[in-house]
Amino acid sequence: MSVGFHELEEAPPPMTSRLEGELLEVSMGPQHPSTHGVFRMNVALEGEIVRKLKPVFGYLHRNHEKIGENTSYLGSMPYTDRLDYFCSMTNNWAYALSVEKLAGIEVPERAEYLRVILAELTRLQNHASLLGFLLSDMGAWGTPLMYAFREREKILDLFESLSGSRMMCDYMRFGGCRCDLPPGWMERARKLVDGFPRFLDEFEKLVVSNEILIARTQEVGKLSAELAINAGITGPMLRACGVNYDLRKVDGYGFYPRFKFRVPLGEHGDCYDRLMMRVLELRESVGILQQAMEQIPPGPIVNPKVKLRSFRPPVGEAYGRIEGPKGELGFYLISDGGSNPYRYRVRPPSFINLTILEDLCLGHTVADVMVILGSIDIVMGEVDR
Amino acid sequence: MSGQVDEGLRSELQKQGIWVTSTQELYNWGRRNSIWPLQFGLACCAIEMIATAASRYDLARFGGEVFRPSPRQADLMIVAGTVTKKMAPQIVRLYNQMPDPKYVISMGACAISGGPFKQGYNVLKGIDRYIPVDVYIPGCPPRPEALLHAFMELQRKIDGQKLTGESKAPFLDANQPSEFPVPAFGAHDLEPPLNSDVFHPPTIKR
Amino acid sequence: MESLEEIKARGEAAVPGAKITIVPNPGPANQPSLLLDHEHATAIARFLRNDVALRLDHCSNATGVDWLDRKVSKKVKVKKVVEGEEKEIEETHEEFFPGYLEAVYHLYSMTHKHGPVVIRMRTTDRGEAARLPSLTPIFRSAEFQEREIFDLYGIRFDGHPDLRRILMWDEFADFPMRKDYREPDDYEYEPTPHDDVLEKAKEHYSARPQLDGAENLTAQS
Repeated sequence: MSVGFHELEEAPPPMTSRLEGELLEVSMGPQHPSTHGVFRMNVALEGEIVRKLKPVFGYLHRNHEKIGENTSYLGSMPYTDRLDYFCSMTNNWAYALSVEKLAGIEVPERAEYLRVILAELTRLQNHASLLGFLLSDMGAWGTPLMYAFREREKILDLFESLSGSRMMCDYMRFGGCRCDLPPGWMERARKLVDGFPRFLDEFEKLVVSNEILIARTQEVGKLSAELAINAGITGPMLRACGVNYDLRKVDGYGFYPRFKFRVPLGEHGDCYDRLMMRVLELRESVGILQQAMEQIPPGPIVNPKVKLRSFRPPVGEAYGRIEGPKGELGFYLISDGGSNPYRYRVRPPSFINLTILEDLCLGHTVADVMVILGSIDIVMGEVDR
Repeated sequence: MSGQVDEGLRSELQKQGIWVTSTQELYNWGRRNSIWPLQFGLACCAIEMIATAASRYDLARFGGEVFRPSPRQADLMIVAGTVTKKMAPQIVRLYNQMPDPKYVISMGACAISGGPFKQGYNVLKGIDRYIPVDVYIPGCPPRPEALLHAFMELQRKIDGQKLTGESKAPFLDANQPSEFPVPAFGAHDLEPPLNSDVFHPPTIKR
Repeated sequence: MESLEEIKARGEAAVPGAKITIVPNPGPANQPSLLLDHEHATAIARFLRNDVALRLDHCSNATGVDWLDRKVSKKVKVKKVVEGEEKEIEETHEEFFPGYLEAVYHLYSMTHKHGPVVIRMRTTDRGEAARLPSLTPIFRSAEFQEREIFDLYGIRFDGHPDLRRILMWDEFADFPMRKDYREPDDYEYEPTPHDDVLEKAKEHYSARPQLDGAENLTAQS
């Protein structure tokens, strides 16, 4: 009297067939542990596979552009710190560069060197923390982030002794920088930069050939070079697709042509390439920093002809851009001859890099979405402004 | 805050190796040393919050390192950053989802009053318009030390909360609200623009 | 890179009927721009992207600008017959320029590494006719940026695949980046009121005293 398998009249349909065609809508965010801030995605899932993904922005839209049009040119400088709050120095530089273009201002040599040094230090701490966050998203919770923040704190100490603030430096001015280096700063910075490759070696040894990391990132979120160019992707994300476009080489702003460095390029455009791009760029940045610290000349740090108070650039418009750690950071300014800009526009790299988020995520699992988002490197202050 | 125990008697007993406490003291001691914050960042201040939790400043020394991703498991909401009008309903909703007793630290100038972005059309002029705030820390962003200070202030506040009597803690009082109405998106602004049960603007004379 | 005049000539030759105007830029930045007409804008943009010598494949920045109605008063000397005698009289003419909204695109070439070429389009007015052709089918990077222009300036882009509000919530009715936008009056008080803030505070407290704690204020100032 055993109940055999054959006695069942009909086999129950497998679970998948009942779910077929039924999409489950999930709202990820704005409060989500790994969305890098208040980012929200409306995802339609089939089982675990992403079939539709619509990003929802604006949860940190704090009206940077409107406020910029209502304050003086110099008054917007502290606000640029809060755009991409990891990289206040590069934001300052991009804004200063655009205003210098708008008003035709020359920058003294020493100031340009200082800008290069500070921008590359910013790149070091941005990429280091990105690696920590990305690994956290992959489940390596805590430890890599602690390592990254240890290095970041050292750089923030340098920023603090120079500008008075850890994160919001507000250091650059039109036609130069705000103040010269405090005594002993360069030696401390040199020590840090010389020690940085050790951190990289250690970090690479820890993670780069880790099997889990490779399984989670390789062949995930592949981006083709054609789509990347058409969608305006910039920065390490673009170069991971194999497109050689680095504004430090192309525009050659701020004495970058004087330094020897290579532009690392990826091959596959997947998350692994994007991660490795950051590691390789860190090594190049260390090289640039060592050269710049060697060559920096003495001299004035600000153009004395610029009157920062009651600063009124001539009528006209200008678009200036630099290679920020996250991509091409641009400022578009229209002057009507007054003390406030008539139009003040920020071209945010991480906002535009999100254009192709849906294309990257389709067909992958929900868990991969976090990895893809982490590898894009967004900061909500810049995405929503 | 020794409750009913006489301070002199207590120290005498301690010399004999006897430790005397009250339920209230023990209860508050346990609560203040295991505050679980909600893992929830809004803007720049969130980065300083992460730095506070990281190895250099080490929030774990105060028992607050267990960041919970779900509001249902959290005791403390650190409003770290600019609260926009688009985000404000979600924050109130998160606050409502937290179980009592719950506390709020308003971290940074933006969360207190809108800060540098106060002129913005989409910026809420302070999260205390919708939910009650226990500790305010100024700064843009406040340094990690400032957040630690806020944490210690909060611990002091918890220590002083009474379990019984007239002035008992609000979370033990059934008449005190623990949830607040969520504002709705309007055509020009949030509706209502503030919760007048919670928000009492300071009196100024001009 | 060739000059804007050459680009204009070649563009007009490549797209029959297109009308391109060069907008000068008087500032030291030396970034003049090309004004495109609505009808042929997408064709011109496609030409700029596909042309072998130009290859402007990277649309870096897309943004809106609001230009309000302007009145420019000019003093003109006019000959008039006054009391049977011809006299030269100075008259003030007020010239009215209607306002418009503008979309500005900054194009670069990743292939040839040159740029920028700035192109702009203007709407006919700031009201119902604030419509422009969308360049998203040609440059994908304009997708979110055009949505942002729509959200903040209210320019409707024809041909955009998904034109919704992006930064503000869907129920929001205004276009906040326009120059004549008035933000909701939600200041509770200003600690150090002066100038226009003081005016604002006065206006605020007299208009809606019951809402914002104004009952705690004394009226004198």
